[in-house]
Amino acid sequence: MRRWLADRWVMGVALLVLGYLSLPIIVVAGLSFNRPSSRLSYDFNEFTLDNWTHPCATSDMCDALVRSMEIGLIATVVSTILGTLMAFALVRHGFRGRSGINGLIFLPMATPELVMGTSLLALFVAAGVPQGFWTIVIAHVMFCVSFVVVTVKARLAGMDRRLEEAAMDLYASEWQTFRRITLPLVLPGIVAAALLAFSLSFDDFIITNFNAGTTVTFPMYVWGAAQRGIPPQVNVIGTAMFAIALLLVGASSLRGRRARRAALAAPVAAVGAPTSAS
Amino acid sequence: MSALAHVPTPAGQPAAPPGVRRGRRRLLPYLLLLPGAAWLLVFFVLPLLQLAAASLYDPSGSLSTGYAMTGEVGNYWVALQAYWPQFARSFAYSAIALVLALLMGYPLAYAIAQKAGRWKNLLLVAVVAPMFTSFLVRTLAWKTILSDNGALVGLLRDVHLLGADGRLLATPFAVVLGLTYNFLPFLVLPLYASLERLDPRLLEAASDLYASPLRAFRRVTLPLSMPGLIAGTLLFFIPATGDYINAELLGTPNEYMIGNVIDSAFLVRLDYPQGAALSFLLMAAILAIVFVYLRRSGTEEVL
Repeated sequence: MRRWLADRWVMGVALLVLGYLSLPIIVVAGLSFNRPSSRLSYDFNEFTLDNWTHPCATSDMCDALVRSMEIGLIATVVSTILGTLMAFALVRHGFRGRSGINGLIFLPMATPELVMGTSLLALFVAAGVPQGFWTIVIAHVMFCVSFVVVTVKARLAGMDRRLEEAAMDLYASEWQTFRRITLPLVLPGIVAAALLAFSLSFDDFIITNFNAGTTVTFPMYVWGAAQRGIPPQVNVIGTAMFAIALLLVGASSLRGRRARRAALAAPVAAVGAPTSAS
Repeated sequence: MSALAHVPTPAGQPAAPPGVRRGRRRLLPYLLLLPGAAWLLVFFVLPLLQLAAASLYDPSGSLSTGYAMTGEVGNYWVALQAYWPQFARSFAYSAIALVLALLMGYPLAYAIAQKAGRWKNLLLVAVVAPMFTSFLVRTLAWKTILSDNGALVGLLRDVHLLGADGRLLATPFAVVLGLTYNFLPFLVLPLYASLERLDPRLLEAASDLYASPLRAFRRVTLPLSMPGLIAGTLLFFIPATGDYINAELLGTPNEYMIGNVIDSAFLVRLDYPQGAALSFLLMAAILAIVFVYLRRSGTEEVL
């Protein structure tokens, strides 16, 4: 009995902690079916499907949602390109001033968001730049770049360089080697970095709040609504985001499993087309 | 490179003169770094310098009349005198939250890394998945959970852990709970990455050599998980100390942290010199703690 307990208690604690982590999500999902008794009430009142059938009943919210997606997409594309280029330079090339560049990439991740937000605000005000959509994009690219660099760097560093050497030995030009060997191998890292950048940008409130002017993103809408009364549709969006993310994770792991099974079942075929795996 | 590399380039592909090629090779890393580094210099470093300057502006100026640069070091002193309670509260709350997060996060990371077997990926998803929903929405959900009319408060009142009119929302407890909840995954993930690489045979060896489980943990598991523990602690502590969302949504002005003060200095009171001075004090305090902590734990290669 004592042994059994000693073996299981860690798992028990872990499951309790997971419960603590998932509790708010369950509540958000529940509240998405709620018809609140008053604007400022956070308690469950009455079951309804209205929020799901009319998610854009408060049109401000959906405008903000669309704006957040636009900002997220632009910031993701720009920061992924900038960060990937930097990662290549750091892993593949020797150059002077490496420690300076490393510091420049590390510091934004160690600086409180609040300080990044206020300092950008101070700069924009001093330079007379009107704040709005594009100042948000600039800020988001700034804090996403470092995370992209770190993510792509990890993938690049774990890559087998002999594959590229083999391609060059087989008369592939530098560009062909990059296009046909390097890029496909790094791509999962780049995709992961882009997803990370989008989620950071989409969910950012603190830095955005200081640099938005009168532009309203989804988190800023939620923040403002928290003072005036939260429309229950906010919980619909929260639940939907969660569900979409879960579906994406599920689909990619299913694909990975199928690819692995295929590789096991048909080793000959897998050897025939080595680059199509993963 | 194999011998094949010495075969002359096939006709039709013009080979660049070696000198030009090497010159371009040497320039390449700088070209790759330029756009990203320029972005960070202009929109991260330059703003910090501007913030430093703004913290020394003459505080009698205003946004509409403009500020005079007078090197007013006194701004720091005034700001610290007025808001030291919020400063102290920021560090106290995030320290308590960190201890709670370690107590919860270590067993969780350990269980996923060493005990979960084929459920490993599912449990990892369960840790990360909540982060897909906007953190403001999740923090607001705590308002429902901790509500005076909610099941939790009702239960605690029934078993007399809470007085008849005792409440959870709008208390320091709610704010610390929110901080712990919001930043726990940042602690768990690096810790998991470290513990995952821990070879279970080392623990078997320890127990074969008559180490008690506690001793094996202290002498084997803990030291080997140090890199993840350090990275996770920092990833938790830095954002938690600068946070003001939890204090605003789950607390009252009595629970305000330094972030709330900085937010209102910039966006409500429009007192830029003071807001800038407070931002710098916060950053300096955090950097000092991080530096001492890294020195103490004897590693500087965390990220």
